[in-house]
Amino acid sequence: MSDLWGGLSQAFYMLFSLDADLVEITLRSLQVTLTALVIASLIALPLGALLAVRRFRIRRLTIAVLNALMGLPPVVVGLIVYIMLSRSGPFGVFGLLFTPTAMIIAQVIIIVPLIASIAHQALRELWSDYHDLLISMNTTHAQRMKTLLWDGRRALLTAALAGFGRAIGEVGAIMVVGGNIDHHTRVLTTAIALETGKGDFALALALGFVLIAMAIAVNLVIHWLTQTEKEGRW
Amino acid sequence: MSAMFPLIVEGAMTRRGGKVLVGPVDLRLEAEGITMVIGPNGAGKTSLLRLLHGIARISAGQVTWACDEGEARRRQAFVFQTPVMLRRSVRDNLAYPLRLTGVDRKTARTQAEVWAEKVGLGDALTRPATALSGGERQKLALGRALIRAPDVLFLDEPCASLDGRAMRDVEAILRSAAEAGTRLVMSTHDMGQARRLASEVVFLLGGKIHDRGPADTFFDSPNTAQARAFLRGDIVE
Ligand SMILES: Nc1ncnc2c1ncn2[C@@H]1O[C@H](COP(=O)(O)OP(=O)(O)OP(=O)(O)O)[C@@H](O)[C@H]1O
Ligand SMILES: [Mg+2]
Repeated sequence: MSDLWGGLSQAFYMLFSLDADLVEITLRSLQVTLTALVIASLIALPLGALLAVRRFRIRRLTIAVLNALMGLPPVVVGLIVYIMLSRSGPFGVFGLLFTPTAMIIAQVIIIVPLIASIAHQALRELWSDYHDLLISMNTTHAQRMKTLLWDGRRALLTAALAGFGRAIGEVGAIMVVGGNIDHHTRVLTTAIALETGKGDFALALALGFVLIAMAIAVNLVIHWLTQTEKEGRW
Repeated sequence: MSAMFPLIVEGAMTRRGGKVLVGPVDLRLEAEGITMVIGPNGAGKTSLLRLLHGIARISAGQVTWACDEGEARRRQAFVFQTPVMLRRSVRDNLAYPLRLTGVDRKTARTQAEVWAEKVGLGDALTRPATALSGGERQKLALGRALIRAPDVLFLDEPCASLDGRAMRDVEAILRSAAEAGTRLVMSTHDMGQARRLASEVVFLLGGKIHDRGPADTFFDSPNTAQARAFLRGDIVE
């Protein structure tokens, strides 16, 4: 018990004194996840809109694949990315394994299906509202997608935040492809796993608090966004 | 710009899930005038307008414009029975059709303000369109449909939730659009309005054109007993 209390008080001390390691790891986590989020959103949001406006035959298949990918264990994604990026793999020449870039790639693969799927849900509803008008106005597919993405931006922000929440808390895949190398690829979740394994609870707890704080902040923002949406504003 | 008319409809029909919504319809529309589509609830007025406009799938027959189809589509607009509001401000809703055709933002906004004024929404420019009342939505939809100066405008009960004064204003707008060369095809349940505006009447019953004629002769002496009963306000069998 005293271990825990000691760890806890030390954790608060690190938080409030802005411990150098803590800050570094937190910033790297944010950098990796935010980069992954931007890339994933650029892929997933238009994909969600495309799925909403087009009735192409492979839509069902695409949606099924997205859903299947969403259920994929992150550590398996990590394994696949690892194989792709390892020296003998197809992308081995780029030497990306055990770099933040590899972690970003893994996170993008993990959250694209999630963001696309939530975006598709939201935009499909909007599309059923807009369908007649936009068809009547003789819009191109690109214009329809653009209109949906713009008018549905609040719901899309929610989708992106859900992706952020998933990516920032993910540990399996980035542990495998990033290697948790100190000052290089160590992020919040991998550091927590390591410090806990070593029995050094102070840093692990402090990192845990940061992670929890972020999760709460994201959820509050999502809650607030969906709330304002229900009130009929946009 | 080539001529769009006459519009020739031959045996056109819309079917949905085995049920015939409207048709088979044979119809010829000339370039001039205001065609009023009337008939009881469920007679197929909405379905007919959608069929002519080209947003309903045609299950049989054909609808042929005098110009090519792509051009015909570009030169039409439609005001829906339940107006669709984009989740944007009133001004952006009005500017939207112009922005689609590549009009720059500033011109589109100025035009939007002009039309907001015309349809009586001048002081609602920045309000979210989704927060408008039913009647205000109809006015917005009308402005949005006319802002591209279409050659053909379909209106599905455009005055259904308007008060007397707004209805007069809207009718004035429609009349001046017609005078400016926009061909109007509209449906209504308001026989007063039909008499005031129509130059030609199409009476629908059970998805088929039951009676049809120039407005003056139709209103004075309809050909069919059903049309006579409908005009009297009786139940139509
Ligand atoms: N999507 C649909 N699926 C099945 N039936 C439909 C559909 N839309 C309309 N109908 C049916 O087709 C018939 C014609 O409908 P339509 O909306 O054209 O009537 P309307 O003359 O416009 O009536 P109202 O005066 O009530 O607007 C009705 O019996 C209606 O129930
Ligand atoms: Mg109708």
